[in-house]
Amino acid sequence: MNVLEVTDLRVGFAPDVQAVRGVGLSVGQGEVLGIVGESGSGKTALALAVMGLLPEGTRTSGSVRLRGEELLGRSDRELSRVRGKDLAMVFQDPLSALTPVYAVGDQIAETIRIHSGATRAAARARAVELLDLVGIPGAARRARAYPHEFSGGMRQRVMIAMAIANDPVAILADEPTTALDVTIQAQVLDVLRVAKEATGAAIVLITHDLAVVAGFADRVMVMYAGRAVESGPVDEIYRRPRMPYTIGLLQSLPRVDGPAGEGAARGRRAPIEGPPSGAAPPPARCPFLPRCPVADAACAAAEPEPILVGPGGHVAACVNTSATADPAAVFPVPDVAVPPPARRPRRERPIVLEVADLVRHHPVYRGALLRRRAGSVHAVDGVGFDVREGETLALVGESGCGKTTALMEILRLARPQRGRVAVLGEDTAALSPARRKALRRDVQVVFQDPFTSLDPRMRVADILAEPLTTHGLPIGRRVEELLDLVGLEPAHAGRYPHGLSGGQRQRVGIARALALEPRLLLLDEPVASLDVSVQAGVMDLLEELRARLGLAYLFVAHDLAVVRRIADRVAVMHLGRIVEIGSVDEVYGAPAHPYTRALLDAVPLPDPFLERRRRRVPLRGDPPDPTDPPPGCRFRSRCPRYTALDAVESRLCDEHDPRPRAVGHDADRSVACHHPLIAAKVEL
Amino acid sequence: MRNRRALCGCVLLGLLLSLSIAGPLVSPWGWDDTDFTAFRQGPSARHWFGTTPSGRDVFALTLRGAQKSLLIGVSVAVVSTGLAALFGTVAGFVGGWTDRVLMWGVDLLLVLPSLLVLAVLSPRLGGHWLLLVPLLAAFLWMVTARAVRAMTLSVRERESVLAARFLGVGTPRLIARHIVPQLASLLVVDASVNVSVAVIAESALSFLGIGVRAPDVSLGTLIADGRGAATTYPWPFGCAAGLLVLIVLAVNLLGDGLRDVLDPLSPSRGGGR
Repeated sequence: MNVLEVTDLRVGFAPDVQAVRGVGLSVGQGEVLGIVGESGSGKTALALAVMGLLPEGTRTSGSVRLRGEELLGRSDRELSRVRGKDLAMVFQDPLSALTPVYAVGDQIAETIRIHSGATRAAARARAVELLDLVGIPGAARRARAYPHEFSGGMRQRVMIAMAIANDPVAILADEPTTALDVTIQAQVLDVLRVAKEATGAAIVLITHDLAVVAGFADRVMVMYAGRAVESGPVDEIYRRPRMPYTIGLLQSLPRVDGPAGEGAARGRRAPIEGPPSGAAPPPARCPFLPRCPVADAACAAAEPEPILVGPGGHVAACVNTSATADPAAVFPVPDVAVPPPARRPRRERPIVLEVADLVRHHPVYRGALLRRRAGSVHAVDGVGFDVREGETLALVGESGCGKTTALMEILRLARPQRGRVAVLGEDTAALSPARRKALRRDVQVVFQDPFTSLDPRMRVADILAEPLTTHGLPIGRRVEELLDLVGLEPAHAGRYPHGLSGGQRQRVGIARALALEPRLLLLDEPVASLDVSVQAGVMDLLEELRARLGLAYLFVAHDLAVVRRIADRVAVMHLGRIVEIGSVDEVYGAPAHPYTRALLDAVPLPDPFLERRRRRVPLRGDPPDPTDPPPGCRFRSRCPRYTALDAVESRLCDEHDPRPRAVGHDADRSVACHHPLIAAKVEL
Repeated sequence: MRNRRALCGCVLLGLLLSLSIAGPLVSPWGWDDTDFTAFRQGPSARHWFGTTPSGRDVFALTLRGAQKSLLIGVSVAVVSTGLAALFGTVAGFVGGWTDRVLMWGVDLLLVLPSLLVLAVLSPRLGGHWLLLVPLLAAFLWMVTARAVRAMTLSVRERESVLAARFLGVGTPRLIARHIVPQLASLLVVDASVNVSVAVIAESALSFLGIGVRAPDVSLGTLIADGRGAATTYPWPFGCAAGLLVLIVLAVNLLGDGLRDVLDPLSPSRGGGR
């Protein structure tokens, strides 16, 4: 029996924006439905409409039935009896979803008491039980703690505990793991699984990440422009997608188990380029038409209705499904892939950036009246690497590991607190101001968020001309050249940033960085805030530019799949240190550090079959406090290998901070671990 | 301009400005003319707002006073907001010792009793009314400077500013092209509020006899002169006081409206980003 049934749901925002245009779905008991869509596809509006949480003045029509009872059109008071009891929600941002001034145990007890009328003591006891169930250590004690005393992953566990407090029949989770690191994401998904087992509730998991859904959902629905364009059993969707949009999404997704670096460039497919159509496409045609490679005249005639294309109720809203029977052939492989860069061996190439023992500590002050220094955050604590011409080094790690701080330290081109930074052989500590300004031409940066990194008050032409005027270079036709270089039209020069899509803005950001013809580009999560389909295009562009212009990249990212796709070498950071560095193929193929291994294990694969069969050792707990790193090995509190060591071996970890040492066959590979997972190279 | 309050303030201020500029051209009497045939008379076709006890035309006098008050008010606002923008952004952006020294200066000026200092300084510097502008502005910019500094601290960490800094753009240009434009809404609102503060401060000083000096007039001196006979013969007093209230009202309406229009978080803007 279906627990939650939605039919022909339509949501319209004033004045004439249709966010959701006739979506139907049904979820049975204990079933998990994954809803996947890019930004603007209407997935969050759908969730809010089901919960009855849309702002006033929103036009909603259709039907939402929970166990056969209609929810749409009920008053807020009536809905409040259902919400939190039968229908629960887990939000994306657990910090703003919890009340900061009450202890979490009391907040969970409150939801129980409101709906069941239990006594205060009984509700408290139940709250502790629930916190224990979702895996919060020391639940009785932690129940009295406030939301800000929890880490992001722990807060999300609290939210899940609250959601299952009243044995709901359906749980809506809107991007529950998007704000979390991969290792924490894996933990939270496990908790959701536990919650499903414990309550037997139906779960609707809304996300932009196809990989998150693959191992967890039973059925998947893909949304595009406010419509469900394809839905069906999870294996069907991933194995035999039929809607061109789904096919493009799956193919443009970077994979942690996919081909690396240059291999990716050879085997890649054309990504589904172009901005996602806005919220109000012309009604009488397929909304995906402008981006579709197999479109024909029938697509422009009417908006296609979903038709059955496979077993298990696999439907796709496409008129041309005969053309998509072989998904691999839908998007043509480009004839001329990027020519594999003819590079000399790494040892012969000049070093562009050299960093040795770089340290950056942020002071922490306490006290309101008498501010005194109470310690320091060891953001970057002795990091060393080099980047050679024509290669990409990726710095990866969880949030707070110091990767962005390291990038900013290099960008300052000033004397670091400790250690040495040398750009093109010039030590930044010894630069005169004039020389520093000259050196800035060779070192440029691309930031994460293209919405904040471009000044909204400047036209694209002015943004691109600024670096030139700053360094006294003639502008001439350079703006047009730059736009052409990053795949934009000359007409874009007259626009303001808000008139561009996210991908186009990031291209402008890249063009600005290239204006001075730098030799080293520092990229701070350049694709993290872009949709998957746009991501692929920007990564292609970065690869192409590197090959054509002979650039070197230092690429900061948290997404290991993206790193696999774009980097030659990877440095894994943990608590301000590099724990492992080496070529991408070797590190991904045979990780030497337990932390690298855990990170790779935690990344979900966009393949339900492989994902279910994976054996993974989950990383326990959260990263330690960076103001007070533990003595000995900093990773041992979370290390799966540490627990398996005998007393003699583990004493080494307790007492000695591991120094980087060479492992494997590659001379440029090193790991900072006493007991690496692959044999250490014998020192000669 | 969809905001009704801003529109009202704007129209009212425009009317007052054009009146104070065009009025003297229309009026048959100059502000310093004396009509020896009419002392202390009520409104008539000859003298629209009546005359003072010494036979001067109240209409011409009031407009002359309004002109002076508005001129001083607007210049003070421009100068003080300019000072605030300059010192606030420099302190916030450069930081370190520059920041500390500038903020000490701000604190020092904040604790000085401004009226007293003005009362002592103003007579010594000669009586020209233009001197009032720097004197008043010197005591008006500090609070704004602190707000500007605080905003600069957050704006300076924005990626667009960082990007320009890492391009090698120098500090003065960074402040002028990337910081100040992002603070524009704060500065515009602040300048409009400062106009009304300055108009009131100037009137208060002139009322006390340490602002605009005779024979020149401002709204403050007119109010001071007229107050003795305000109940028996209200024309000079009433006109000047009424005009002062109207000016301040118009400027405040404009300021409030502008704040609503420019502040992305205010509800009147329709919410959202």
